[in-house]
Amino acid sequence: MSIVMINIFLVTMMVVIAVMVLRTRRLFAAIVMTGAYSLISAAMFVNLDAVDVAFTEAAVGAGISTVLLLAAMARLPAEEKPFKRNQIGPIIIVAIVGILLVTAVTALPPFGAPDAPVHTHVGPRYLAESYSKLHIPNAVTTVLASYRGFDTLGETIVIFAAGLGVVLLLAGHTKTASAPKTPVSKQPVVASTKKTAKKKAKKSAKKSSAKKQHVKAKKGGAS
Amino acid sequence: MSSLIATHWNYLVVVALMLIGLYIVMSRQNLVKKLIGLAIFQTALFLLYISLGRISGGTAPIIDATKDYTYSNPLPHVLILTAIVVGVATTALGLALILRINDAFGTIEEDEILAAKDADRKAHGGDE
Repeated sequence: MSIVMINIFLVTMMVVIAVMVLRTRRLFAAIVMTGAYSLISAAMFVNLDAVDVAFTEAAVGAGISTVLLLAAMARLPAEEKPFKRNQIGPIIIVAIVGILLVTAVTALPPFGAPDAPVHTHVGPRYLAESYSKLHIPNAVTTVLASYRGFDTLGETIVIFAAGLGVVLLLAGHTKTASAPKTPVSKQPVVASTKKTAKKKAKKSAKKSSAKKQHVKAKKGGAS
Repeated sequence: MSSLIATHWNYLVVVALMLIGLYIVMSRQNLVKKLIGLAIFQTALFLLYISLGRISGGTAPIIDATKDYTYSNPLPHVLILTAIVVGVATTALGLALILRINDAFGTIEEDEILAAKDADRKAHGGDE
């Protein structure tokens, strides 16, 4: 029961933060609140027995995403401009999507039901045989790296493509500028998995190119 | 109705979060704000999957062969681990695009960008 109370408290905070993000016009505030939102969702994941997801969300979702957004904000205007536009279109679409989603969601089996279709397919097989076959206690690791290894391969391809895209997008106009590399020590300490290492590489590439841009701007101003 | 809330409250909150995220994406002009809305939508979706994987009375799927525990379903956890990392890749790519848009147009407000493009098109149409 107490876990349900904690969950209700956490999701209430998530809803409040989401509404505050909607209402604020200061982008820095919105970014930091999104980080808090991610961190609270990580606490929620712990309560829902998804510990691996929780620490990935805390490190990657709350950590790296926030850092990336803040790094980009160094070159972007800090405030959202006020606008007067008819909001009736978005409200209608959101209402329709909301009705559809509520209809779909209430047709799901009750929360936590052990006989839900999700739990009667491959899940039990993973839990029953993963330890005896692969001797790794953590079933999530086993499924990620072994049973669904090709998924993970596809994921790394996606990350590679995205990293390449970021580098290509940001490297185009920094060819002439030369800037010192971003020191590694400035980067936040996160769980050093393979994925986060890749992210770090991308982020530092991005940071250094952002820095180069600044240097270039300065040079342009001087000459 | 109240029994439905008692058994499905988690999913209903997820829907509310998704709708807030969707509304931010659709109604706000600022591109960074749109990206943040997308992140909110995405995290709500993660919560939906993890909620689906939960079994009441269960525990985290880390196997202890000596004891007979109920474990939550590891499959949604794996899918969401992948989705979190892909989500950050999406954010990074979106931010890179926003930075280039800001370089090209000097603004990250959607309506101003569209107005600038329209003006540009008109100017070029006049030349030809």
